[in-house]
This record gives sequence, structure tokens and C-alpha cells, in this order.
Amino acid sequence: MKVRWAGGITSLVLVWLAGWTAAETDGVFDEYRAMFGDDNPAVFVIDEGEELWFTRAGPKSATLEQCDLGLGPGIVQGAYAQLPRYFEDVNLVQDLEARLEHCMVTQQGRSSETIHARPYSLRGDLGTEMEALVAWVAEQSRGLPIAPGQSHPEERSAYVLGESLFFFRAGPHDFSCATCHGQEGKRIRLQSLPDLTDHSGAAAAYATWPAYRISQGIVRTMGWRMRDCFRQQRMPELVMGSEASVALQTYLAVNAAGAKMAAPGLKR
Amino acid sequence: MKILKQVCLLMLVLSAQGARADAAAETLKSSMVEKNAVTLERVERDAIQVFCSKPRSVVGDPDEAAALREAALSAVTLPGDDDFLGDWRKGLEVASNGRGLQYTDDPAQANGGNCYACHQLDPEEMAYGTLGPSLSGYGARGRGLPMLQYTWTKLWNTHAYNTCSHMPRFGAAGILTQQQLKDVMAFLLDPESPVNRGLVP
Repeated sequence: MKVRWAGGITSLVLVWLAGWTAAETDGVFDEYRAMFGDDNPAVFVIDEGEELWFTRAGPKSATLEQCDLGLGPGIVQGAYAQLPRYFEDVNLVQDLEARLEHCMVTQQGRSSETIHARPYSLRGDLGTEMEALVAWVAEQSRGLPIAPGQSHPEERSAYVLGESLFFFRAGPHDFSCATCHGQEGKRIRLQSLPDLTDHSGAAAAYATWPAYRISQGIVRTMGWRMRDCFRQQRMPELVMGSEASVALQTYLAVNAAGAKMAAPGLKR
Repeated sequence: MKILKQVCLLMLVLSAQGARADAAAETLKSSMVEKNAVTLERVERDAIQVFCSKPRSVVGDPDEAAALREAALSAVTLPGDDDFLGDWRKGLEVASNGRGLQYTDDPAQANGGNCYACHQLDPEEMAYGTLGPSLSGYGARGRGLPMLQYTWTKLWNTHAYNTCSHMPRFGAAGILTQQQLKDVMAFLLDPESPVNRGLVP
């Protein structure tokens, strides 16, 4: 027993040392992530999301089973990989979050106001319903190629708008998305920054959102990531499922197209 | 006649570009909500921000770039007393602090400069970013008046020298106070500062 403990401690120290060395390049989080192997705490959130999909809610006491995520009512398998896309019934390009909100309103009779009151959890909170549903739906596209809609004119203009938003410099610090994510091989402090204007950078990032954030202990969605980038840009708060959020996600998804979905990912 | 045609074409191109830029601003305004001290006014852009918001494939007009640099340079406020150098210890604090002007930040607290997010400074500090060049040993460039004025100008409004530099306008945009800028100047230039210790004779 004593020997095993000593071995355990030695390997722990080795892991720590390995992490320290790696800090020069990509941070101790990579080592920590490696320790998880194939395990991802997001599995519990995925299960919760599946349960929520089949749970009656709202004034209409309906489930989300008839929700059309783009592949027909109730088809979840493969839906996330083909979002954002144009939906004829609303005449809009929507991401998963906007679409889920649409289904909650139309099928369950719930109010947008309530859904927008707390779409994303705060630090240290329990996760939200939206986060759990997104985790489950995204997981149902694991291994499938990213293929957002680009055949409808509205989908193509969402990409063009997304590109102009990506390079939009504003606010007291003159930041845009491109300030941090427009060059290859850069980092902020110790954190590596993917170049999202490039296919390989966009693919690595897009394929792994939503993701379980180790530092926050919750699943974060791509919509939350867009909101948080604008917060760091010193801009106002981005509304979930808004035109700007959907356009930016379209820009990223198209840049990432062809890569295989691997969400929910595991991030620092 | 030919010239008239060209002028018309130019106006058409400019208004098309303007319309597209405005579409992005309008989209942001309708997609964002004000939060704490951060208002929708932040979506409004000045001439520098508009010029530097082009996707990389679009090359800006060099004459317009030169005019923007000139305007930035002529609006720099140098310290009145020719006293450029504050306390490098306080400058280190400013360089390490990434807070300020986000809706999650307390407006009562001093803003940071967050220099370490993008620059290497003290070579002993490992947690530095690489978006900007390394500034370790910056003091070796000298401390004569031209160097002091140049460095101050870079901090005040980087666009005076580099039209679409990624760096914030720490003075011109009111991110840092005059005293904080002097402290950062000392952090960069004082031979005793960890940026220069052992690197500058």
C-alpha cells in the first residue's frame, strides 16, 4: 500500500512537472485535459439535456420532441453540424440557441423574456436548461462533418455579415475578434489563440464547442463564447441567438466546414 | 467626361462600402444590450476604427492611412512638465492588470494597461503574450528626449506611427491616466526596472 502511494505521488509530481514545462507553450490545461482521457464531465450535462428534451414544460405542457432543428421535426441526429441555417417558418438564419428558443416559445408556449433572463449560467452556478439542451444536441452530431447551410441567399449574407463583424473594431480599446483571432501561432499571456480566419484554426475551435470549461465547472455554448469575447472587447452584452451572434457563428462554421464535430469538448 | 465617370464610380464604391459598414453597426446595436456602465455608444466608430475594420483581403487607401496617422500624431498630449518618467513599481502593476472598462469590471477601480497580455517585458515573467513584440530590455534604446517622446506617443496613440496597430490608444482613449502612463514609461525605460535590469548598462 505504502509503495503504491509513493508511486502515485511520484507520478503526480511527474504530471505536475510535465505541466510546468508545457506551460511555456500551451499551458498546464493540456496536461490536465490529457489526464481525463476519454472522460468528459459534460456527460452528465448531456444526459440532463436529453431528459429536458422529453420533459413537458410551459403553458402548453409540451415536450420539444416536435422541434425542427433543420432536418425535420424531432430529428436531432446530425442537426447541430448543419447549423446555423435558414428556416423558412421564421424567414431567418438561426443557430441552435435561437432555434431552441423558437421551439420553446411556439411549442411549449413559453415567453422569450423568461428564456433570455438567464440563458447562460454565471460562474459557480448550476448549468442552465439551454446549456444542457445544447450539449445533448451537439453530442448527437459527434463525428459528422461541419456543413452549415450556404445555399440560401440569407445564409450567404449571414456569412458576409459575420466576416464584417469579425473585423469590426470598436470600443475604448479598439478591439475586434480579429485582434486576438486573426493571426497564426499567437498567444495571450500563456493561452494559445486559434486563427479563426483560417480553416484549421476555425475547425479546431468550432468542432469542440459547446465545451465543458474545467476552470468554471460548467458546459459553455458557442453563443456564450461569442458573448464573452465581446465582453472582453469592452463591448455591450451580446443577446443569445441575435443576428450578430448567428452571423459570427455562420462565419466560423463555414471557415470550419468539412472538419468533424467533436463536441462537447473539454477546455481550460 | 471620363473624369466625371470615374468620380461617380468612386462615390458609388465609397457609398457601398459605407452602407456595408453601417449594416454591421446596426446589426450590433440590435443584437446587444447595455450592461452596467457599458452603453450601446461603444458600437459607434471613429475614422481610425472604420479604416482598420476591413477584412484582410481589402487594402486601405495609403493616402487616407497617412492622413489618419498625421491626425493621430498632431493630437498627442505630451506631459506639460517634460517629466515623462514615474515609478516603475507602479508601472509594473499597470502592466499586469487586465481589468477595466468591461461590463464585469468595477468602474471605481483603476483601469489596467494589460501590457503582459501581448508583450514580453520582465524576462523572468513567463506568462506573457506574443501578439505584440518583446519589449524586454526596452531601456537599451536610450532615454533621450526623442526616445521619451516616441515612447509616450506609442502609448498615447499607437496609430500615429502604425495606422492599424492592434494596440489600444491608452492616452487618447482615456484608458490610462497621465500618471499611469508615466509609471508605465518608467517600467519600460528605468534601468532599475525588471524590464531592463541586467540587460541595460
